[in-house]
Amino acid sequence: MLEYDFMRNAFAAAGVAAVVSGLVGYFLVLRGQTFAGHALGHIGFAGATGAVLIGVASVWGLVGFTLAAGIAIGLLGERISNRDVVIGVVLALALGFGLLFLHYYTAFAAQATALLFGNVLAVDRSTIVTLLALGVVTLGALAAIMRPLIFVTLQPELAEAKGVPVRFVATAFMAIVALAVSESAQIVGVLLVFALMVGPPATAQRLVSGLWSGMLLSAALALAEAWLGIALAYASDWPVSFCIALLSAFGYFVSRINWPARRSTATQG
Amino acid sequence: MSVIALDHVTLSVGGRAVLREVSCAIAQGEFIGVLGPNGAGKTTLFRAILGLIRPDAGRITVFGRTPQRGDAAIGYLPQVRTLLPDLRVRGLDFIASSLHGERWGLPLHSAHARKAVEATLAAIGARELAERPLAEMSGGERQRLLLAQALLGEPKLLLLDEPLISLDQRHQESVVELVRRFARERGITVLFSAHELNQLIGALDRVLYLGNGQAALGTVAEVMTAPVLSRLYDTNIEVVHAHGNIFVLSRGRNVEHSDHLHDHDHGGDHDHEHDHRHA
Repeated sequence: MLEYDFMRNAFAAAGVAAVVSGLVGYFLVLRGQTFAGHALGHIGFAGATGAVLIGVASVWGLVGFTLAAGIAIGLLGERISNRDVVIGVVLALALGFGLLFLHYYTAFAAQATALLFGNVLAVDRSTIVTLLALGVVTLGALAAIMRPLIFVTLQPELAEAKGVPVRFVATAFMAIVALAVSESAQIVGVLLVFALMVGPPATAQRLVSGLWSGMLLSAALALAEAWLGIALAYASDWPVSFCIALLSAFGYFVSRINWPARRSTATQG
Repeated sequence: MSVIALDHVTLSVGGRAVLREVSCAIAQGEFIGVLGPNGAGKTTLFRAILGLIRPDAGRITVFGRTPQRGDAAIGYLPQVRTLLPDLRVRGLDFIASSLHGERWGLPLHSAHARKAVEATLAAIGARELAERPLAEMSGGERQRLLLAQALLGEPKLLLLDEPLISLDQRHQESVVELVRRFARERGITVLFSAHELNQLIGALDRVLYLGNGQAALGTVAEVMTAPVLSRLYDTNIEVVHAHGNIFVLSRGRNVEHSDHLHDHDHGGDHDHEHDHRHA
């Protein structure tokens, strides 16, 4: 299948997005902020449709909207006790706006499906370059804040007492998540970003308990699921995003099974 | 020279004065039990010593200086300890996260730092926690892990805010004994807040009792008297000695104990959470 140009492009694009999603998603799951990640995808949909309406490439609408929303969520911070409700309301509003923009751009139905569910087989070389550049920026930023991010995530009170700028780190992280969502949405679409950003890291955290091993396993799982998903789609003629979502869910539920051997080590330790 | 000195210090939280014109001095190597009802200002005092809040009036000095946020010489166990419920990270990484966690970049730790973490875990008999994920630890095991972290990095002063909450009596005793031994061997000054004096009675050198905006610092015999405690609780207090324990009663009710129950009922100390948010 690698003799086709579009398949090579699909593997390259999915590879970049999967590694970024797996690494950023590891912290998203660790921090218990998966719902915020989900909401960013929906908000990105409004951004992408709005961008096309005014004649800008959808990816930049996606990046702009998710980035703005991510920073806003970060700035709201822990102070808002019913943050889930706020995010949920904004999420619904964003999808509504996405629909409104579509309404004014009727020739857009095919692209709407691509935004919602991804269309990795239509990725061209310039998109890969964009994904790669975004990925480098995203992972560079993550590496820069990783140490205080882990401290703030595991022990927020102590981190504050030790002088870590907690609010800044949390906001920077949401901006990083926004970029990762934009990447992931190019492959599996805004509705299925969980398949790459939540499934693999959650699976990794069930299998290993070290930070580094967890991060690396999460990225490896995301990469494997994305590539296997494309191969499965090629063989079966099912949509790529469905295959990736299927593998992601399969990996997670298999890791949740209490294998007899695992249970005995848990009781020993 | 005293490790901590308060000179007519007034501390307030959200515009309300929690401590008014408090003066006291704590010497190096002392084990101080910090007691008092909820909202008496135990956490607020700790936060002031850490340099997280400034006094409205008066002056606090710690090691002879105005407290600076992030002082590595202070080991701290916060009272509000938000632990994500399903944290599948092993104990070693959990503790190591606090090692220069304020620096930017990747969380790479030297072999030396890793050894320090393992040595501290070994010193409190919790070596087996290094490889286990937090989600699988009991409340007592997590508490020991947090304690190990407060002891990490050779602190000269330990601020332990209610480390006994949610521990059963056996674990309470072992934590107190552990802190006392660790601190005495190294000459570390300890401020250990608790709900009940009896939890600490065998370990402490002096009591710092807070209440009603005031503070009393002295030996158990000096502080645990009806006149002093009546002033701090602003009500008639009776002090009863029984079997080596001391009970603080108001109209026959154990005031320290009722605080304790209150905490369990609500799953956390509301006043202190309040402190935390506004400070």
